[in-house]
Amino acid sequence: MLRITELAKAYHGTGKTVRALDAVTLQVMPGELVAVQGPSGCGKTTLLLIAGGLLRPDSGQVLLANQDPYALAPDARARFRAAHLGFVFQQFHLVPYLSVLDNILAPTLARPLADARQRAADLARHFGLAERQDHVPAELSTGERQRTALARALLHKPGLLLADEPTGNLDEASGKAVLGHLAEFAAAGGSVLVVTHDPRADEYATRTVRMEAGRITS
Amino acid sequence: MTVWRLISKEIAYRKVNFALAVLAVAVAVACLVGELVLLAAHETRAEQLGENAEAAARQRVLRLEDDYRAITVKLGYNLLILPGDQDLAEFHLLGHTTKTMPEEYAQRLGGANAITVQHLLPTLQQKVEWPEKKTSILLMGTRGETPPAHRDPRKPIRDAVPAGETIVGRVLADQLHLAPGDQTTLRGKTFKVREVRPPAGNEDDVTVWINLAEAQQILGQPGRISAILALSCFCAEATPEGIRREVTRVLPDTQIVELAPQAAARRATRARAAEHGAETIAAEEAVRAAGRAERQAFAEWVVPLVIVACIVWVGVLALVNVRERRDEIAILRALGCSARQIFSVFLAKSLMAGFAGAAAGYAAGLVLGQAWVRWEPGGAEAAASAPVFDASLLAAVLLLAPLLSAAAALAPALAAAQQDPAVILREE
Repeated sequence: MLRITELAKAYHGTGKTVRALDAVTLQVMPGELVAVQGPSGCGKTTLLLIAGGLLRPDSGQVLLANQDPYALAPDARARFRAAHLGFVFQQFHLVPYLSVLDNILAPTLARPLADARQRAADLARHFGLAERQDHVPAELSTGERQRTALARALLHKPGLLLADEPTGNLDEASGKAVLGHLAEFAAAGGSVLVVTHDPRADEYATRTVRMEAGRITS
Repeated sequence: MTVWRLISKEIAYRKVNFALAVLAVAVAVACLVGELVLLAAHETRAEQLGENAEAAARQRVLRLEDDYRAITVKLGYNLLILPGDQDLAEFHLLGHTTKTMPEEYAQRLGGANAITVQHLLPTLQQKVEWPEKKTSILLMGTRGETPPAHRDPRKPIRDAVPAGETIVGRVLADQLHLAPGDQTTLRGKTFKVREVRPPAGNEDDVTVWINLAEAQQILGQPGRISAILALSCFCAEATPEGIRREVTRVLPDTQIVELAPQAAARRATRARAAEHGAETIAAEEAVRAAGRAERQAFAEWVVPLVIVACIVWVGVLALVNVRERRDEIAILRALGCSARQIFSVFLAKSLMAGFAGAAAGYAAGLVLGQAWVRWEPGGAEAAASAPVFDASLLAAVLLLAPLLSAAAALAPALAAAQQDPAVILREE
């Protein structure tokens, strides 16, 4: 599903260049949950954003569903993301004025879905949010917020789920629940790339990759 | 999920931001509409006051003209219509005519639609001996003024002399010791002295007036007159050329002699009255125009200033809104929303604020404008006649205010659309 080859990315600051990624090669196949672990600043988030078609690499290639998203025009790349990718972030990034159900439905702004409301309601039920579907994010616990973000990421049944520190703000139980849901998605044939500090991810990952200073070390 | 649902939910969530944007547009529109209402009301009131003042001025001018006319009437007749074959040198040397013309000429002139001459007095005048008194006199036969056929007759300058009666000039009456009520005989015919004229300082002091028919009989000139005394009208057409043209059109074999001092005085007073009237009315109009110009000048800088300030206000609010929604923009972009969709979300919201502000501002401007007009001294009448509802103005503000609001939010909306989601998402 995701094939990354010899990826390099550097950030240029005032008189200083930081090599965030250096010759990174990685592959995530359907049914796999790949956990990328490493210290802060090792390039995990950069890897995730490039894999998600949000940040153009300096060199190397990204193939998602056999398509290089950076070969597409910006609007086409946005449509491509809507069709193939789901995102989960540490800060949830829920729209603060939308209810749980509307947040789950947010991807339909980019890509309408015929049975969107029914699917959103099913996802809310699946993630234990049925009682909370009319609540706004401020009225939810952090675990509920992350489950809402997860449900939103899965609305369009993406091929690849990208998760950036999905358990970073969660307590142990909520963290386990979220990792469980990611593993469940992978077990159902999806591909998951998780970048995380959380050592519990090893228990749920089919493969763990370690990064240091922009390179994959193991 | 649709863009409209997203916008409506966001508006409900950030009510203050949206309310301030609506308020900005409403203030601008209310200022414009209120100013237009005030200008229209002031214009109406100025028109009313101006029309009243102008009408009063016209009345004063008419009164003045009438007064001048009445005063100059007292100068007496200022035109002499003489037989065409009368030698004018002889007339001036003798002081009376030597030729005659048909008495019917007076009726013909009175019956014509002549406007330049009025108070037509047919006379038969001749210097004769008064044998019974052994003196020379000017005998004047008159039957009174010929009434005009095409307008109401005016009070005659000189009344008719009834048959059997006479009016005597002052110098003559003093010399002959004649007084009103006396009986006297003139060329064998007895007359009762009806009146003695006050001193005139001219040939009237030695004139004896009798009835025209009796004069024609005494002088052996039946059906003849020697002159028609007339008064030029108090109008612009009464120039010497105009009078001559009109009279000779009706009576071709006559000539006009203008009694210069009287005619000049009458013409000068008429010209002065007209001049005064024009000056007064022009002064009224100038005052109104100055007031109008002052109000328009005020509106021309105040209204644009307020509109510009409100546009800036809307722009700043849109910018604040974009900054508040950075995370939301980033995640929507990550979920696949295009830059154009993000741009349209912000632009549509500003259009909605513009539309709501325009409607509210129009109503507020109308109500506040009317209230202001009523509050001003004497404003009740102006408010009653001030415009209440102007569909075309409403349509214009409902169209233009959203466009201006969108224009104000254009730069922030573009900034939102161009935000790089990767930069924001990396900031976690």
